[in-house]
Amino acid sequence: MSDPRETQYDKLPAGRRAGELTLRELLRFGWRQITSMRTALVLLLLLALAAVPGSIVPQEGVDALAASRWRDDHPRLAPVYEWLGLFDVYGSVWFSAIYLLLMISLVGCIVPRTLVYWRAMRAQPPRAPRNLSRLPDAASYRTDESVDEVLARARTVLGRRHRVRKAEEGAADGAVSAERGYLREAGNLVFHLSVVVVLVGFAIGGLFGYKGGVILVTGDGFGNTLTSYDDFVPGSLFTPDQLDPFSFTVEDFEVDWLLSGRAAGQARGFSADVRYRETRDAEEERYDLRVNHPLTIGDTDIFLIGHGYAPVVTIRDGEGEIAYNGPTIFLPQDQSLFSFGVIKAPSAEPQEIGLEGVLYPTFGMTEEGDPVNLLGKAVDPLLSVLVHAGDLGMDEGASQSVYVLDKGDTEQVEDEDGKPLRLDLRPGDTVELPDGLGSVTFEGLEDWQRIQISQTPGKLIALGGVVMALVGLLGSLFIRPRRVWVRARQDGDGTLVEVAALDRSGGGDVVPVLEDLVAALRGDERGNQPPETKRDGTS
Amino acid sequence: MTDAAWETLSNQAVAVCGVVYFLALISHLVQWTALRKLPVEAGAEAPAPVAVGAGAPSVVEDTAAHEPDVERRTALFGRLGLLLTVIATAVHLVALVGRGMAADPNRVPWGNMYEFTLSGTFVVSLGYLLLNRRFGLAWMAPIVVGFVVVVLMVDVVWLYDPVAPLSEALYSPWLVIHVVSAVIATGAFTLGGICSVLYLVKERRPARTTGYLARVPAPAALDRISYRMHAFGFPVWTFAVLITGPIWAHQAWSSYWSWDPKEVWAFITWVVYAAYLHARATAGWKGRNAAMLALLGLATLWFNFIGINFFSTTSQHSYAAPAVAEVGKVSVEAPASAGGELAQPLGR
Ligand code: HEM
Repeated sequence: MSDPRETQYDKLPAGRRAGELTLRELLRFGWRQITSMRTALVLLLLLALAAVPGSIVPQEGVDALAASRWRDDHPRLAPVYEWLGLFDVYGSVWFSAIYLLLMISLVGCIVPRTLVYWRAMRAQPPRAPRNLSRLPDAASYRTDESVDEVLARARTVLGRRHRVRKAEEGAADGAVSAERGYLREAGNLVFHLSVVVVLVGFAIGGLFGYKGGVILVTGDGFGNTLTSYDDFVPGSLFTPDQLDPFSFTVEDFEVDWLLSGRAAGQARGFSADVRYRETRDAEEERYDLRVNHPLTIGDTDIFLIGHGYAPVVTIRDGEGEIAYNGPTIFLPQDQSLFSFGVIKAPSAEPQEIGLEGVLYPTFGMTEEGDPVNLLGKAVDPLLSVLVHAGDLGMDEGASQSVYVLDKGDTEQVEDEDGKPLRLDLRPGDTVELPDGLGSVTFEGLEDWQRIQISQTPGKLIALGGVVMALVGLLGSLFIRPRRVWVRARQDGDGTLVEVAALDRSGGGDVVPVLEDLVAALRGDERGNQPPETKRDGTS
Repeated sequence: MTDAAWETLSNQAVAVCGVVYFLALISHLVQWTALRKLPVEAGAEAPAPVAVGAGAPSVVEDTAAHEPDVERRTALFGRLGLLLTVIATAVHLVALVGRGMAADPNRVPWGNMYEFTLSGTFVVSLGYLLLNRRFGLAWMAPIVVGFVVVVLMVDVVWLYDPVAPLSEALYSPWLVIHVVSAVIATGAFTLGGICSVLYLVKERRPARTTGYLARVPAPAALDRISYRMHAFGFPVWTFAVLITGPIWAHQAWSSYWSWDPKEVWAFITWVVYAAYLHARATAGWKGRNAAMLALLGLATLWFNFIGINFFSTTSQHSYAAPAVAEVGKVSVEAPASAGGELAQPLGR
């Protein structure tokens, strides 16, 4: 702790017992504690410690699904964790408390130091200590030059890269004082200040930003209004008028499938051909939306983050009417896009029809005769579904996931042998359902893309803050502030010159500095005896 | 050369450099055992490296001056060890290049943990070689080489993965910058951490006059070298995890900071090293406590590098685990059963 204030206790006024503090003293004491560097240190360590649970317990904001799964698996612990805020560590009271305290401490540290720095900047380098040779790093030599000559040279030599103390009238102490490295403290201040800036930027993003997602089948349009999103997570100060009035359509989607080599079957080079308008009546523009290549419209960023298949199915009901027609999003279960989904036809007569099953983009059989998906690319797609008939529970008003079938009031449709009826359909296939329920046609496959749309205001503030922090840090770590003194005095028939340097950063080594300085001072006087350098190896 | 040939070359190079590192280790051990019985003369303790500058007399020459035989032997083994380390590091580089060339398309060799660790150890070794003269690190040789041998072994035995293309998100110039800086910082922190360990050991028995410890620089000097390594590593780490990392994350995952476990631990590492720098500036925390903090930082660093991948499955850093599909964000209403592994992630 470089701050001497912290160890200094105020003298108690008479008439009060030791340990008794007035409110003011208490506040002042508290303030000193909180702005002390030891507190900063402890708070930093606490912050590190507090961040740990968030990497172990699934976080609501990072992976909501894992979090809810964890809750289901640990019914006894979950409420406790909930109470402790462990599912949202980085938004929890205790985590916030730590970093807010750190910020207060930081500001309490920066402000006074800036004032001190401001004064130091305008002050003269301090006078040379009386006895230079007592300093840890000092050197001396003798010369025939006069005291004035030596000091004048010292001024020019040091003047190049130091601030030199003005020569004093009268009180000529026969010494030159010089100092350099003022920017170190500036760097330090900038660094600490920018920590605050980063936090502000980060907070703005969290409060005013939003993040939403939508799944679009190729060709579908998207207009940027709240109702268009499948999921939407706004910051607490978000207002809907922040939504930029753009619209876009994915015209075409391509995946580059690796078909040979070790990585055969892997997908690469996802690319969506997007047509968009910045506002309702703006010109239509094109963008090649890819991973690592988001589209930015106004303050909004649009990312391509997922894809899959949507089988196009037509369901005709018992009366021959089309009860359902269109692409239905199936959700991939693994990297190979083997997908699961449900198709609902609530308007079918006489009975509502629901299909539930899987999609094999490239169907195959194992040697044991089990069905298997061979490839993510849709080379030979097969839709394999079970059929349910009855009340799908869709008119009860309660919202229902489009990815699950409510089978509470339905019956599974069976084939002639009384086994569950399984429809295995290739594109173009139509199958009649038993009992006059209707028919199902698998028309073909479409692609869908998952698009993430977000606004992160303040991200440039945060970025600027970190860059500033880095610059400040470099200054703070690598600029070496030091003071250098040269004193010359008449000694017998020659002049004794003493040189000393003091590193003020605690990490520097000034021996080479001294050597260079002595060499420069002696200039061309070669052949003199070497200076006596003394060095105290521990500092 | 075909990709398969490059891969074979890389695997062979890893084996060769492992063996050569091992020989270097032996050679350094011979060097230091020969010195074991020789007392270090008063004042001949390895000079504070910072004070020395390039071309300072090495420890070996200092101490063995009176025993020409031992002197010759130790000098010989010392030089042999260094030479072997240089060779091993060069072969190590070949292994890395081979990995990159084996992938189709060619790429930087940072696709998975195996390659990552291969690069990390390379940087440790290279860093040691580069700084050896400047800081007089001869005494560090057995530790650095030993460390590299052990980590390489772990890498080959437990982390090996065949060459595979990077997932899509990893194709970004930011990956290169991000990873290069992260690996460099890791190397610097590791070297600094080694100094801190020695500091702690040495500080407890400062008065030893024989053996390896006696030839390690004085605690104050160790502390200073350690500080320098950390002071170098910290800004680089800041650049890696707080600038390039978020920029890349923003492009690839749509969120510049999402408290993903890798990010959390990178942040923890950063905070601990910030605490270390503070501790060094705080009187009561200098030296011993600062060294402990440095080691705590190193522990979090390597835990993040390797450990977290086995610990947490939600990391988006896809070299951590075979990408499990992006979960949960697809539909807020999708229940766990159906909504399980939902949308196919693009290159997570
Ligand atoms: C987020 C919180 C903080 C971080 C990340 C941080 C980081 C750092 C770093 C990396 C340094 C090293 C610079 C150097 O070695 O010169 C440093 C120095 C310093 N910090 Fe902080 N700091 C934080 C909070 C604080 C607080 C709250 C205080 C005040 C109580 C403080 C006071 C100082 C001081 C006085 C130095 C200079 C030490 C010296 O002169 O060498 N820091 N800080």
